[in-house]
Amino acid sequence: MSITESSESVFTTEEEESFSARYSLWIKEALDELPHNFTITDPFIPGHPIVFASPGFLKMSGYSREEVIGRNGRAFQGPKTNRRSVMEIREAIREERPVQVSILNYRKSGSPFWMLFHMIPVFGKSDGKVIHFVAVQVPISGQEHHRKMRNGSGLSGDMSDYSEMMFGSCRREVCFGHLVHQDRALPVEFDEQELENWEHCEASESEKLRAAEAISNVLSVLTRYSEFSGRLVCGKRYCLRGADCLSSSLVISLGRIKQSFVLTNPCLPDMPIVYASDAFLTLTGYKRQEVLGQNCRFLSGVDTDSSVLYEMKECILEGQPCTVQILNYSNRKDKSTFWNLLHISPVRNASGKTAYFVGVQVEASCRNTESKELRPETRQLSVVGAVRVAVRSSFMVTC
Amino acid sequence: MLLKIKRVPTVVSNYQKEEAAEEGGGCGRNCLSKCCINGARLPLYTCKNLDKSVGVKPESPVTFLESLVLGEWEDRFQRGLFRYDVTACETKVIQGKYGFIAQLNEGRHLKKRPTEFRVDKVLQPFDGSKFNFTKVGQEELLFQFEADDDDDDDSEIQFFPNMPLDADNSPSVVAINVSPIEYGHVLLIPRVLDCLPQRIDHKSLLLAIQMASEAANPYFRLGYNSLGAFATINHLHFQAYYLAMPFPIEKAPSLKISTTNEGVKISRLLNYPVRGLLFEGGSFIKDLSDAVTNASVCLQNNNIPFNILISDSGKRIFLLPQCYAEKQALGEVSSKLLDTQVNPAVWEMSGHMVLKRIEDYEGASEEKAWSLLAEVSLSEERFKEVNTMIFEAIGFCGEEEEEELDEKSSMDGGFIRANCCPSVKEEAVST
Repeated sequence: MSITESSESVFTTEEEESFSARYSLWIKEALDELPHNFTITDPFIPGHPIVFASPGFLKMSGYSREEVIGRNGRAFQGPKTNRRSVMEIREAIREERPVQVSILNYRKSGSPFWMLFHMIPVFGKSDGKVIHFVAVQVPISGQEHHRKMRNGSGLSGDMSDYSEMMFGSCRREVCFGHLVHQDRALPVEFDEQELENWEHCEASESEKLRAAEAISNVLSVLTRYSEFSGRLVCGKRYCLRGADCLSSSLVISLGRIKQSFVLTNPCLPDMPIVYASDAFLTLTGYKRQEVLGQNCRFLSGVDTDSSVLYEMKECILEGQPCTVQILNYSNRKDKSTFWNLLHISPVRNASGKTAYFVGVQVEASCRNTESKELRPETRQLSVVGAVRVAVRSSFMVTC
Repeated sequence: MLLKIKRVPTVVSNYQKEEAAEEGGGCGRNCLSKCCINGARLPLYTCKNLDKSVGVKPESPVTFLESLVLGEWEDRFQRGLFRYDVTACETKVIQGKYGFIAQLNEGRHLKKRPTEFRVDKVLQPFDGSKFNFTKVGQEELLFQFEADDDDDDDSEIQFFPNMPLDADNSPSVVAINVSPIEYGHVLLIPRVLDCLPQRIDHKSLLLAIQMASEAANPYFRLGYNSLGAFATINHLHFQAYYLAMPFPIEKAPSLKISTTNEGVKISRLLNYPVRGLLFEGGSFIKDLSDAVTNASVCLQNNNIPFNILISDSGKRIFLLPQCYAEKQALGEVSSKLLDTQVNPAVWEMSGHMVLKRIEDYEGASEEKAWSLLAEVSLSEERFKEVNTMIFEAIGFCGEEEEEELDEKSSMDGGFIRANCCPSVKEEAVST
């Protein structure tokens, strides 16, 4: 569906490093040996993609590993996926907490199926930061759904009432109804159209147990392999987040913004960069690890106008936005300099206090004068606006 | 007997005054009236998304429309056009199951002498002598917004950075709200120069839903307040802003009542202090929009005030009838609630409470929010009557068979059961 329509994904370095940075060798092989259907996602890579998919998951969904790695979990949803379930998952990710919800997904063939989606965050033990999310998928047979309908209905055994309970369709279940009543695990075949129209599909207790067990097994493997590497992970956040730790929810929100920008923290010594967008890295030619924790001055050089730097410093001290044109030095292959139309502005969090400064870079030579595009000034300010919304909202989430 | 209450209305424009403003002859305010409109130019954003099905759109990166709204808003923000910095207003999620959102905002309500506002009539004619959006300064306008199904052009989006405002084209505009509730708080004013009174019609609601769909961000919601449900100005407008949190109302479970022939599912809210309807589905945006419009028109014609929340990028629409203003005028609201001075408009009904006093903010609790909203809601009896009216108007039998709710039906998504209406029965038999 949406996966096959878009281009083939390629394993990026970041996706590879998502594992190798944290766990010891053979982690993937160990995970491969688990029988469960599950995926592991990395919220710190833009787009919150899947970085691991178990063989069980691939079999269940009908996709190959290459088609899945790098995709966001939304790709498996479709037109009839229940909106509330989507929202519950989205909010659990933002709040970095577990969630268990039934949701309708679609296989590569396009056929829909209900499954119990159970997801947990995995935290780094030392800093309490979210490292990954682990999501387990247990297909739901729908038997429990039937049983609940029949038991909790409070209606007499009138078959026409029963069929109406099936949301106005599903004639076939009427015939199988009495067989289900005998508590035999008779697989009931559901028409795909009917499945799609169900508003909800309750999982059985055993299905829920299977999900919990799977989560526990995956977490055990991750914990064990993180011990070997010395960078422990665990299922619970042990310590308070440090001031320089951006929550994964903020990082996910910021990932939607495709322009070049950085967030710096004025409360930390030397006002370091705490977030850098992909576009910033492309523009400047640096790697993420090289810029995080550094003050922006590494972009200035011999010919950078010091009076402009002074002007910026004054604005920062006064908490005022400003726009300057500054000569920057890139780390690109040609080590070229470029004129950076830089806009900086203080950004407040939910408490109303300034939490960050945002710096939005526009390479002056690339100014787009096409009439059908937003003016560069508008585009630049839109980044500021999007950052304001993201920062204000992410801080409202109670830890 | 004319029902009135004393209210301090929220100022939404820098040129809003209680006294009638002068008309004609170069008022000097660069407004939209005949005096200043010649030569007015605004960016124009047009889109064609009517035939987009109401299906799952992958959550996109920041869209063009979102960039336009945020970029222009930030520009006005830095130019000091707002009465206060809303991002400096403390805000929090209240502890509890639903996560009501509270904000401490002392600047939103001007200290001025209260005005009399007639609250017992949902339909009132446009009065040009009162403040309306042709009187706003043009700097408060961000862009023109059009969404149509013109097949002339292949491209989906067209943007013109500097389009003349042409009265003959009946432009719709997006303006800032100078007393914002949140960042990005704007007003969508359909066909601003036509001076439509505050009432729902097919074209206007459709435009609002199209805007939500075009923004493609579940945290950008549009809202509507009818007269009597705390609309401030009797000139047709919708509001919108960004808040990247779920609204409590969006978390409430629902029970399906019925489905229209076009596939629009209508449910009622459960386990929420306000009784209301949820519209979703339909093959196309227009189907969903028409269903809500028909229901709204029915409420308008029966003088029942209501609010509308367009959420989930236009996929889920809440219709919330209320009776608070009437209760206030009849003296039926406790002074404790009145003292908070919370006027429960659409955002409050959805669970976003803007509080003026620090003691209300610090003492904010889910129980208090719940009890306030419960006062605003129609009673169960009245709600059923209203539903019957609505369903007749949309062309249903209106009979709702009561089913015993499943005991386990809870906030974490207890399953939803079909509630039978004869037309649904017919569907079942013929399948």
